[in-house]
Amino acid sequence: MSKEWPLWEVFIRGQHGLSHRHVGSLHAPDEEMAIKNARDVYTRRNEGVSIWVVEARHIAASSPEEKGPLYEPSNSKVYRHPTFFDIPDEVGHM
Amino acid sequence: MYAQLVKTAGAGVKTREEMSDEERNFQDRVDRDEKIEPKDWMPDDYRATLIRQIGQHAHSEIVGQLPEGNWITRAPTLERKAILLAKVQDEAGHGLYLYCAAETLGVTRDELTEELLSGRMKYSSIFNYPTLNWADIGAVGWLVDGAAIMNQVPLQRTSYGPYSRAMIRICKEESFHQRQGYDIMMKMAEGNEAQRRMAQDALNRFWYPSLMMFGPSDKDSVHSAQSLAWKIKIDTNDELRQRFVDQTVPQAKYLGLTIPDENLKWNEERGAHDFSEPDWTEFFNVIKGKGPCNVDRMEDRVSAWEDGEWVRDGLLAHAQKKAARKHAAE
Repeated sequence: MSKEWPLWEVFIRGQHGLSHRHVGSLHAPDEEMAIKNARDVYTRRNEGVSIWVVEARHIAASSPEEKGPLYEPSNSKVYRHPTFFDIPDEVGHM
Repeated sequence: MYAQLVKTAGAGVKTREEMSDEERNFQDRVDRDEKIEPKDWMPDDYRATLIRQIGQHAHSEIVGQLPEGNWITRAPTLERKAILLAKVQDEAGHGLYLYCAAETLGVTRDELTEELLSGRMKYSSIFNYPTLNWADIGAVGWLVDGAAIMNQVPLQRTSYGPYSRAMIRICKEESFHQRQGYDIMMKMAEGNEAQRRMAQDALNRFWYPSLMMFGPSDKDSVHSAQSLAWKIKIDTNDELRQRFVDQTVPQAKYLGLTIPDENLKWNEERGAHDFSEPDWTEFFNVIKGKGPCNVDRMEDRVSAWEDGEWVRDGLLAHAQKKAARKHAAE
């Protein structure tokens, strides 16, 4: 078995941020060390107020080749956007 | 540059006719300045070159902690010591970002470490020079980090997404390093005669090694054409070196220090400084492991890795035990 520490992906929610953003990754033996390490590396300059770490092997990602079929259905539904509907000027701001 | 003399894999730049459909599609994306991401198709040589370049860059951050770490216990004031500690911590973080970027290309960090420790992968030649007086810490921040920034700012636009994003993060922090270095140099240059002499001595010793950081002259850098075509590199070695000299000369003048180059002068016609090339024989010797500190640096890294093995294993064993216990309780 490999003796390499597992890889963790790090997500930080910024001071005024609404959501956690992926900021990078690191190796650590367990989640506790991963959070400590993420605190030291990724929040040294007041970058955030909340840290999530998740082991990289638990993440599934979409593949670039599927880009077409994956997003095509939404492209054909223009009526999902508010700009699709013409509202007469007389009605005012809506 | 922290990744000097990276040989681009492959036989040279292919014409469009020689490319396969996949390669043409890839080159088109690069030409449109689209970022290449880990799951995208990429030529094997692109992948290999990037692993080498990012890996070398990461190793440089790690080995680069040693010459500066040399002065932590001897920093002349508590404030300077705290600043130096913060800086060396940053370098560790930069190494980490870069190893992670390299790992998205399908190597593991332990594999890269193994390549470094066995001497199969390089790190920047600059870290094979010793730090002999306190002003050297100033010169390293000002010149070495200055040269690194000169190289890394354009790399923020490099074609491989994870590398480009690592560079954006790193550049923000590097400018703190360069400023703190210059701040040390200002203090030393305004100080007493002995301090001024130390500052001049540091500049004398670090000037040419800093120029070497950009890698060999373009006429000898046979591998850059492909790296430029793939936008792994954005500027040539000589372009970056020239930019560095033009930026640094007025900074030295402000300090009242002399750059150790008799041929250095402003060339009105070119709108740039003429200057002497560094000693390329020395450069190739350092790269081959025959610089002043190559042996010491590698010994330090190897013993840290070997002596630390039981700690790494212990932490892993503890994590596994904890996970098993949690699993049993569920």
